[in-house]
Amino acid sequence: MASKFLLVAQREYLTRVRKKAFIVLTLAVPLLMAAFGFIVVKVASSDNDSTDVVEVRDDSGLNIASRLANSTQLQFEPSAGTLAEAKKAFQKAKHAGLLYLPAGLDVEKPEGVQFYGKGNISLKKQQAVETALNKAFSELKMQKSGLSQDQLDRLRSKVSLQAISLDDTGKEADSNALATSGMAYVLALAIYLFIFIYGVQIMRGVGEEKSSRIMEVMLSSVKPFDLMMGKIVGIAAVGLTQFLLWGLLSFGVSSVIAPLLVSKMDKKAKTEMATSAKANPNNMDNGPQSGGEKFEQQMNEQGSVKVMTGRFKAFEILANLPLGTILFGFIIYFLGGYLLYGALFGAVGAAVDDQTDTQQFMLPITMPLILSYIVGVSVILRNPDGPVAFWMSMIPFTSPIAMVIRLPFGVPMWQLALSIVLLILGFIGTVWVAARIYRVGVLMYGKKVTYKELGKWMFYKG
Amino acid sequence: MKPILEAIDVRKAYAAHVALSGVSLAIPEGSIFGLLGPNGAGKTSLIRIITQITGADSGEIRFRGERLKPEHAAQIGYLPEERGLYKKMKVGEQLLYLAQLRGLTKADATQRIKQWIARFELKDWVNKNVEDLSKGMQQKVQFIATVMHQPSLIILDEPFSGFDPINANLIKDEILELRKQGATIIFSTHRMESVEELCDNIALINRSRKVLDGPVGLIRDQFKTNTYVVEGKGKLILVHPDFEVVEQMERENGHFYARVQLHAGVRPNDLLRYLIANVEVESFREQIPSINEIFIRRVRETMPESLVEETV
Repeated sequence: MASKFLLVAQREYLTRVRKKAFIVLTLAVPLLMAAFGFIVVKVASSDNDSTDVVEVRDDSGLNIASRLANSTQLQFEPSAGTLAEAKKAFQKAKHAGLLYLPAGLDVEKPEGVQFYGKGNISLKKQQAVETALNKAFSELKMQKSGLSQDQLDRLRSKVSLQAISLDDTGKEADSNALATSGMAYVLALAIYLFIFIYGVQIMRGVGEEKSSRIMEVMLSSVKPFDLMMGKIVGIAAVGLTQFLLWGLLSFGVSSVIAPLLVSKMDKKAKTEMATSAKANPNNMDNGPQSGGEKFEQQMNEQGSVKVMTGRFKAFEILANLPLGTILFGFIIYFLGGYLLYGALFGAVGAAVDDQTDTQQFMLPITMPLILSYIVGVSVILRNPDGPVAFWMSMIPFTSPIAMVIRLPFGVPMWQLALSIVLLILGFIGTVWVAARIYRVGVLMYGKKVTYKELGKWMFYKG
Repeated sequence: MKPILEAIDVRKAYAAHVALSGVSLAIPEGSIFGLLGPNGAGKTSLIRIITQITGADSGEIRFRGERLKPEHAAQIGYLPEERGLYKKMKVGEQLLYLAQLRGLTKADATQRIKQWIARFELKDWVNKNVEDLSKGMQQKVQFIATVMHQPSLIILDEPFSGFDPINANLIKDEILELRKQGATIIFSTHRMESVEELCDNIALINRSRKVLDGPVGLIRDQFKTNTYVVEGKGKLILVHPDFEVVEQMERENGHFYARVQLHAGVRPNDLLRYLIANVEVESFREQIPSINEIFIRRVRETMPESLVEETV
């Protein structure tokens, strides 16, 4: 009878995949995602990447202006003339601010430095200017105490933290809480959405068969169990196809759009570096070689190296997660959870006559699902080894989501094994129950079904 | 003839009521078998057991002498009372799907669908969704789906309900043709008059029990009351120890209509002779009971009077 099961699954698959709605949705979602991503990038870059030009009128005689280091946010430009002239010029120009270093500035106790801005000066901008000034002053002080510029350059250091998690066995691994949580979140969301979207499709499908009264014809040649499982598996294939196409199309669309964005940003970065090189000629005097071209090249190399290490880092963190276990677990819980809930959705579709009557039976099915998702992304994500996480990852109705959230954080083997065994038992149990409700329900018309009634159906003979 | 299907003491009970209480039947191969009885008598329950949609609580169904098993489904064609097809599926694809589910290969199914489609003049509709078809056309599609896999046993539940007279005749002819090719047909209906002239054998079912079964001719003979219908002209005054007038009506221009029952041992020719001597006979025929009358009589015989009123 396996061939009949396959025929049913095939029909469920083909009729859905060929529907216009499926094709439209499959094409529209990646485009929407890409458009959404584009907007996010656009907004983010317009916020961060804009470099403000700050004019510097340096009357201090300490040559501080040349020591102010440009950053991605700020670019300092010396301004000629008196303060009054500088102010006038600043008001005409489109620059973000004017920094005034008065004459007779004390290196040890710098007071009276003024910053003129247009409108309100943001705290962020002010802080950036202050940071640059502090750095310039401390360098000045160090130089005064007898350090050469060469020594100063060598003293500069850039430290970024590398977080390492130490596990029970004493093994060290790069830990990146954000990447781990992010992964847990994405996996849980994928399972949650999949079960919901396609579970409801199973329910609708059964309801349609029932209301179109084709059930009796079908059942005279297919066993109800084959009919139900064929539908569940066929719809799962539809879902997997859709997810796969979404993935491929999103990848395709983003690989077209991303280079556009990146090249735009690269160009911007290059011009920034070039302008900063021209604006700060003093910085280059200290290097053994001089010349704008050399500098630009050097900066580019540095930039790309930084990007490279950044990417490498992300991969390294991902690679340090128990990827094999995560993938294995994800597939098990994805399929197990879908089959378990799919069977229940199918049973609900079979039990009721009218789609509007599904509400009362939907609640007990959707509740554990919604609960496990909400608790999952709040409690379990924060405390993946706590008692809530443990128990929810054992109960078959909540484990598909709860356990998948725990997986990236590392789960003891025995817990994973026990949870999977329980899931399989739970799956067999729900399918058994669902098949019985299904078998009786699909031929039951015109009866308002209650839970008591459903209970009786369990014990009807063949 | 050897029975294609036997039911032996089949029982089935649902939570609230008993659907079948010990029904036994034998359906001869190649016959047209009428499974008759009022609504709710248990006909559909029995059919669902034969088509293996549900199982019997006890008892046995034998198909060609073998205990019924899932493999037999391919040899049975079933048209349920509740007609239904996948509304959003194309006619051709739907037929192909149903044929494959009944064990036909894709190539075989495609070829047979072509033939049936041509026969029922549905060619222009093959690629239309079922919901775009008229009710009558949907019924034709459903009939094709029932017989497409050349089943040796065809079960039709309320076969002519929903068909207009033209399509009903078309279906009737097809059924007779299928029988000629060797198929056995079960008609299940509560409208006994609609099938009685087609059936070779019948079983009457009432309140979960079989009340009567056998070849139609034999049953009729068994329920004959030796009553004759006479129509003629003249003044019929029947006072005779051998005959008894059951009903008599005067009609215009001196015509009459009468039903006369013969006492045991009296032959129709005796009555005819008496009539010829007294009146002008225009028609003389034996009154044959309809299945419906037989059913009612049988129910009256086998049931307490209080229940008969409800049933009949």
